[in-house]
Amino acid sequence: MTDNLPASVDAVVDMLRDGNYVADRSLSTALYLALKLGRPLFLEGEAGVGKTEIGKVLSESLGRRLIRLQCYEGLDVSSAVYEWNYSMQMIDIRIAEASGQQDRERIEDDIFSERFLIKRPLLQALESDESGQPPVLLIDELDRTDEPFEAFLLEVLSDFQVTIPEIGTVKADKPPIVIITSNRTREIHDAIKRRCFYFWVDYPNAKRELEILKVKVPDAPEKLTQQVVDFVQHLRNRDLFKLPGVAETIDWTNALIQLDKINLDPETVNSSLGVLLKYQDDIEKIKGSEAAKILDEVNAGIAAGT
Amino acid sequence: MMAETPINTDLTPGMQLLNRLDDNKLAPNIMHFGRVLRAAGLPIGPGKIIDATNAVLAVGINSRSDFYWALHAVFVNRRDQHELFDQAFHIFWKDPKLLERMMGILLPTIDGGEEPPPDEQPLRRLQEALSQQDDRPDSEQEEEQEEEIELDAAMTVSERELLQTMDFEEMSTAEIDDAKRAIAGMRLPITEIQTRRYKASQRQARVDMRATMRAALRSGGDTIPLKFRRRRTRPPPLVILCDISGSMSRYTRMFLHFMHAVTNDRDRVHTFLFGTRLTNVTRYLRNKDIDLAIEQVTDAVEDWSGGTRIGESLNDFNKFWSRRVLGQGAIVILISDGLDRDAGRGLNLEMERLHKSCRRLIWLNPLLRFDGFQPKSQGIQAILPSVDEFRPVHNLTSLEELIGALNRPGGPRKQGVQEWLTAM
Repeated sequence: MTDNLPASVDAVVDMLRDGNYVADRSLSTALYLALKLGRPLFLEGEAGVGKTEIGKVLSESLGRRLIRLQCYEGLDVSSAVYEWNYSMQMIDIRIAEASGQQDRERIEDDIFSERFLIKRPLLQALESDESGQPPVLLIDELDRTDEPFEAFLLEVLSDFQVTIPEIGTVKADKPPIVIITSNRTREIHDAIKRRCFYFWVDYPNAKRELEILKVKVPDAPEKLTQQVVDFVQHLRNRDLFKLPGVAETIDWTNALIQLDKINLDPETVNSSLGVLLKYQDDIEKIKGSEAAKILDEVNAGIAAGT
Repeated sequence: MMAETPINTDLTPGMQLLNRLDDNKLAPNIMHFGRVLRAAGLPIGPGKIIDATNAVLAVGINSRSDFYWALHAVFVNRRDQHELFDQAFHIFWKDPKLLERMMGILLPTIDGGEEPPPDEQPLRRLQEALSQQDDRPDSEQEEEQEEEIELDAAMTVSERELLQTMDFEEMSTAEIDDAKRAIAGMRLPITEIQTRRYKASQRQARVDMRATMRAALRSGGDTIPLKFRRRRTRPPPLVILCDISGSMSRYTRMFLHFMHAVTNDRDRVHTFLFGTRLTNVTRYLRNKDIDLAIEQVTDAVEDWSGGTRIGESLNDFNKFWSRRVLGQGAIVILISDGLDRDAGRGLNLEMERLHKSCRRLIWLNPLLRFDGFQPKSQGIQAILPSVDEFRPVHNLTSLEELIGALNRPGGPRKQGVQEWLTAM
């Protein structure tokens, strides 16, 4: 291929880093394979670990269009693939009638032409842009939709083609880069997974999370960043219903900066805990003495480290 | 968590060997590795092995870590397979002798003989899978080979709490056989709920523009007959949580039959058993053959007829499963007598959470057959405030009544319990 795809795993690592995405080498390997072998990449993981972000960074770094299909229950062909522009069709029929056009087949050909076709994300993804580059197709939260759509997706993903009964089969000259994400609110059928490279996006370790924060919130004081990361890492070892993701860590750091904090203290933690934890039980569990305890551990750890 | 276990960065002898191999040898090795994983229970077919070879060729074999993750991306497609893959990788690609031997043999022994019962421990399972490749006559390995073992999520079982394989045979009387037959024919027609999908309809609901357009053309465009569509309905997902502790043991077998009948009748049924721990038995119950299904369930469950820790089991369910199986408005059936070893500690919180995450929570309690039943036990008191409906379940009649009740559209939540409490 003549495109600008990265040529090695290292190149993928660099590309993601330039796009402000700090990734493990394992993720880079999976992504490289998906790009190189032209298969979708299936990303599964808890909410807020940066799955969707990969699609965005990829499209930016490669200079491709990003086409995003947000899934929801009841997603159907008319909102995912294509729809006919009925009002325009009606007008066209009336005009044909008024001008005395009687040939039925002619009318039919006319109103079921591409002119009246409204293209939705999946159909758009089969088209290359002006420079001949296929787009990045991000199918977000596939687990939210239902099995019938999954089954439909199988055809699209294996042949990159869509059949429109009135027109025929539309096939991509160049297959798009496909990223599928799932929060695992239900299991996706194996038939889909089989066609993809699979990767479980995990919470980052402390070192990686620190890197991420430095990239994402560069103006945060060093000490605060370290405290935030250690605090969140401690939280992830607790028995909570929903552990904070990377997105929450970033939000929290931003919130703390807005509050003009340069140092974590128990009071600040208590008042801003809602940014980090999203369930009342979890907040209740951590707030107060537990938060103070974690903070002590964090500070002791930092003191010992320096 | 999901990390490669630390390995030294030097190439192991196996890898050095691999580096010297040309591609002709690489492919067979990957094939054998794939076969080992397959024998250990991962669903790997020939297509995957070709994919894996392509993946490795694409990434190159300069770094062990890239090699690892390339194979990982192809062979693993569920998170819980990671552990098994990790162990297999390190055993397979580290042992140079094994590798050499395989270069010599290239073809593993052909599977034969009868299948031994499945084994739970992943490492042993792997060893046996690896030993399929091994045809040294003097090896100490067992003769038997495993063909296929179901991989379940509970791979980390280490110590067995109360290994009492349940003796179902005692219960086998003519009456029970009759009952089983009756249960096998039972259907669970839960009221269907509206989905967001449409289907064609005669009565007017919404105009189906696409169908209208086609009909208009058919008539030549003179008239435009309106076509309609309405929302499709479909039964909601069903999640059954069944208590299998000692106090419930007299009923367990019946319930298993019932759950099997329900599972095979419709899609989107998930079944969990709990005593002191929670086991997901959905996959076993999908087996059409009831005896095979029950046999597999018996093997998978570690805590038959032991104590009950409802709170802890529900905590497990809420933490690890509720987001995965309660997604689309599921109905939850909890089968338990509510007698809890932990005296209801933490139970009300877990019940509340469970109640909030599902469409409808129905509690089936065999104790309810006693007329003078009083909700005295702490476990029962903790559960009651959070259920929508409370029903007896101890004989065929009550099961049939249950079916009738589920077939009616549910009233306001908690109505059933309120009625029951006021009737007392």
